Parts: sequence; C-alpha cells; structure tokens
Amino acid sequence: MYSQGLIGADGSTVETEEFLEAFQKRVDAEQKIEPNDPMPEGYRRTLVRQISQHAHSEIVGMLPEGNWITRAPTLRRKAALLAKVQDEGGHGLYLYSAAETLGVSREELTDQLLTGAAKYSSIFNYPALTWADIGAIGWLVDGAAIMNQIALCRCSYGPYSRAMIRICKEESFHQRQGYEILLTLCRGTDAQKKMAQEAVNRIWWPALMMFGPHDSASTHSDQSMHWKIKRFSNDNLRDKFVNATVPQAEYLGLTVPDPNLKWNEEKQGYDYSDIDWDEFWRVVKGDGICNRDRIKARQKAHREGAWVREAALAFAEKRAGAADAARTAAE
Amino acid sequence: MSEKFTPLWEVFIRARNGLAHKHAGSIHAADAEMALQAARDVYTRRGEGQSLWVVRSDQIVASDPSDKDMMFEPTASKIYRHPTFYEIPEEVGNM
Ligand SMILES: [Fe+2]
Ligand SMILES: [Fe+2]
Repeated sequence: MYSQGLIGADGSTVETEEFLEAFQKRVDAEQKIEPNDPMPEGYRRTLVRQISQHAHSEIVGMLPEGNWITRAPTLRRKAALLAKVQDEGGHGLYLYSAAETLGVSREELTDQLLTGAAKYSSIFNYPALTWADIGAIGWLVDGAAIMNQIALCRCSYGPYSRAMIRICKEESFHQRQGYEILLTLCRGTDAQKKMAQEAVNRIWWPALMMFGPHDSASTHSDQSMHWKIKRFSNDNLRDKFVNATVPQAEYLGLTVPDPNLKWNEEKQGYDYSDIDWDEFWRVVKGDGICNRDRIKARQKAHREGAWVREAALAFAEKRAGAADAARTAAE
Repeated sequence: MSEKFTPLWEVFIRARNGLAHKHAGSIHAADAEMALQAARDVYTRRGEGQSLWVVRSDQIVASDPSDKDMMFEPTASKIYRHPTFYEIPEEVGNM
C-alpha cells in the first residue's frame, strides 16, 4: 500500500554536511535509528508521512471488507473476515504508535485523515461489489501489501521496522483466506467461477497500482533508498508480485486481465502492459469511486465516538481526583 | 484542536510463565482499566501472552541517547569483569 505513501514526501533537509555524513554512516552500517537519536529533519518528515499514510491505509482498508462481514456466506468465513478486519485495525494502531515516536500526536494524525489532508492507499477507494471481491482483495491486495511490507521490515527506523515484522507475521492468513475463498468459488458452479473471474478483472490493476508510480516518476525515491527507509524500488516489487501471482491465478483457472502478459525467458519474469497512470493519479488525488464515502465513513465514526472519548476522560479525571482526596485525608 | 489528548501507555507482555515482561508497543487509553483492555485487544490476539503490564508513558524515565558514551562506554574497558580474563590451568577442570 505502502510505497505509495511516499507520494509527496519531501526529503529536503537543512543539517550540516558533517551531521548528514555521520547519520548516513550509521544507516550504511545497518544500525537502526531509534526515536531519540539525532536524525535529519527530512528523514523524520519523510517517515512521519510514510508511516502515517500506511496507518491510514490500514484503518480505511477496514471499510470495504467490513461491509461484507454481515453477509459472509458461512460462519467460518464470517469469523475469518471479522478476525482479518480486526487485524487491520490493530495494524493501524501499531503504525500510529510508530509515527508518534517521531513527535507527532495521534490527534493530529487522525485530524489529517478526517480533513482529507493525508493520503492513504488508492486501492481502498475501489468498492467491494461481490463476495468474490473479498476473496480477490485477500489474495491480491493483501498479497501486494505483504510484498511491500516484507521489504519494509528492514527499514532503518527501528519502531517502523518492528511494527512491520509484527504485521507481516499476521498478514499471511489474510492472503490465504482470500485465496481459499476464490478456490472455493472456482470449484463451484459456472456462475460462481464467473463471479471470481470478474472480481479478479476488477482488482488486478488497482492491486498493481499499490506499488506506486513508475520508478522514473517516483520523485523522492532516491533519498528514501539512500536513507534505507525504502529498500526496493516500486517497479522491482511490482515485478516480484506479478511473477509470484500469475501461477497462483493459473492454479485457480482464472486469467489475469492483461492481453500482453507473457513470460519472458530472458529476464525470467513476466512482461505486462503499462498501468493506466491517469486512473492512478485520479484516484490518488481524490477522484476514485469511493474517496468521498471513505472519508465520510471515518468522519461519522469519529463524530459518533466523541461522547465515548469525552466520558472516558471525564471518568478517569473524576476517579483520579477521588484517589487524590483519599490520599490527602489519610495523611 | 479542541479535543483533549488521550494519555499514552506502554504495553509489556509476559509471553510464558518464567519469562520477564517484554515491551510490545503502546496504546492510547483514558485510564488504566481501559489501557489493559486495549492492550489485550491490540497486542494479544494470537496468544502472545499470559500477563500484561501497562505503564503511563510519561512515567517512564529514560537515559539520554546523547549521554550514551558517558553512561555505557566505561564498561567496555573492564574486561576483568568477565570470566575469560582469568587463567586457570586446564588440570583444574571446569570452573
Ligand atoms: Fe494490514
Ligand atoms: Fe491484511
């Protein structure tokens, strides 16, 4: 989702050559950077932006799937989907905490999401139209996320890298439950198989877009690679994903919606069509099918939870006051 | 922002009986009871623990990374604190 997070990140920085060199030496020696360590402002800013966009993606990512929990076809599927969506909520929380170690508050981050100032992965601005989409999302969207997140486990920033390791451990069931849904549909009736194929047709390209713009158009990538915030290029990860996924589609008996997809013996990988970058930028900039609905849903949840947060804080204050009074009386 | 900040808590988990509690991450919660519940939901969804601690983050006193050399460097030269510094004849056996 997640290298997309680098869109708009500004790595420019103002420190002395000496400072930057010392920092780079630590990064090159694979020493993790921890919250209170000296770091360039550009490094901090890039990370806050990337980690928070990643966190927002996990939170918004609960919406398209959450929508299907009540309509899951069996209790087994329902329990699995519920657990998966709950995991995504947890991922959002691990990541917000990692961003907060860089000196930004949770309230600010939430505010940036709700006002539309922050970005999140474009994939979640597509609807989940049928039950088969839930299968395709697990297989392709979580699959793409895993590809990206495994690469981030070795990020130079300690808290982000640790959050990624934890998240990766939890992700693999997400992909497997999705694939299993599609496998069941593909072994079912013709209508079920057709439904699976249509879901893959819808989600294939948006899933490839999750890796972010072409390397040539990914402006701040170099600095991020240099600081080891990011360790593989967008295109590199996208290729890896295609190579891993096409055989899985073949096993399902489904086709990937790309007439130009072809094995290239020489590079030992698939060639595939160019992505519709106009669509990509349109969705990133707010004009996808669901952008407005997603933000509206988050705003509504925040608004409707306000009284709970207020009451909890008021209750905590009251109890702390009572405890203080009891202590004073006892002295 | 008009909204009040919800306090931050650090979460420690004891994975198994006999092990120490280990830092797992942090969460926001209004009070200790809710912090424990949130920590359970966020950090122990797969049997990661047998016991949880939550501590208000602002109650933790930490050493300053810029004092790292002063704090920890002196121990590097004190090799006589390690058993391998001492020579014991082999005939004496394991010690
Ligand atoms: Fe996730
Ligand atoms: Fe996931």
